Amino acid sequence: MEAKDIHQKLKDKFQDAILDFNEEVLQPYIVVAADKVDEIAEFLRDDDDLQFDYLNSLSSLDLGENLGVVYHLYSMSKDHKIVIKTEVPKDKPDVKTVSHIWRTADWHEREAYDLMGINFVNHPDLRRILLPDDWEGHPLRKDYVPQKSWHGIPTTLKGETEDDEQQ
Amino acid sequence: MSDPKETVDTIDSLDPAIRDNVIFSTLDKLFAWARQGSPWPITFGLACCAIEMMATGASRFDLDRLGVFFRPSPRQSDVMIVSGTVTMKMAPLLRRLYEQMAEPKYVISMGSCANSGGPYWQFGYHVLKGVDQIVPVDVYVPGCPPRPEALIQGIYELKEKIKKERILSKKGK
Repeated sequence: MEAKDIHQKLKDKFQDAILDFNEEVLQPYIVVAADKVDEIAEFLRDDDDLQFDYLNSLSSLDLGENLGVVYHLYSMSKDHKIVIKTEVPKDKPDVKTVSHIWRTADWHEREAYDLMGINFVNHPDLRRILLPDDWEGHPLRKDYVPQKSWHGIPTTLKGETEDDEQQ
Repeated sequence: MSDPKETVDTIDSLDPAIRDNVIFSTLDKLFAWARQGSPWPITFGLACCAIEMMATGASRFDLDRLGVFFRPSPRQSDVMIVSGTVTMKMAPLLRRLYEQMAEPKYVISMGSCANSGGPYWQFGYHVLKGVDQIVPVDVYVPGCPPRPEALIQGIYELKEKIKKERILSKKGK
């Protein structure tokens, strides 16, 4: 199935939740509403023509005003692929989880939560996966300021900290 | 004072069985010599430096010939080779392993990351800026990662350091 056919199928089913479509790029993508991601994902996996049974990757990005989540999907049986994108505002970064649809998404969503601070609604176990549990902030955000120390261990070199204080 | 020539004569006149087999030393030096013989490191690798450490232990460089055997438990280890990047999350575990080791214990900091944070020195918010911030380090081995020869030299430096230690005379002070 071509990207435009996949988009048409989604558009017929979800109408307003499908916000944008671009097939001019190397990997055609469909932008969807963040609060409908789980329904759309379930449809993508279970529909007989689509059968997206494999989630390649789930990544997140800081777009300035908004945060983005990108899903790279592939169908083993149909040998076609599509990219799904969604955007959420920084002050309320709620995206519906897809961890019950693709098990891969469980840890990927934990990583996106850990490093980018995206809140995956209904995720069964949304904890930090890489950083210590009591870490402050989400490091991959553009406005991230690292904490000075963690349990008494400085996060910067000693000489460098002194330079900062002089400035 | 006796004539030095005469002294030589005296030693030569000794029974060869005694002359060739008796060594005079202090107990302190003997202890130091015995302790430097085989420093056993704890099996503990953190990053790419650990690959070099494994290569050092394997047949080409063969740490066994120096009396260095990797032990699976901190209770049986004399030295901890911190081989690689120490993340903040790993720091408490590394400290605990160090505390579980029996005295006397030594630390070799292997590679730039363990020495001072390495490539993460500026923007690596999650990396410890040198393992000496949480455990006392005896020998620093530079390199990214160090060649096995460098690690072997580090072990020899540690041996030299242990050789110079005086535990009995320290007690008397």
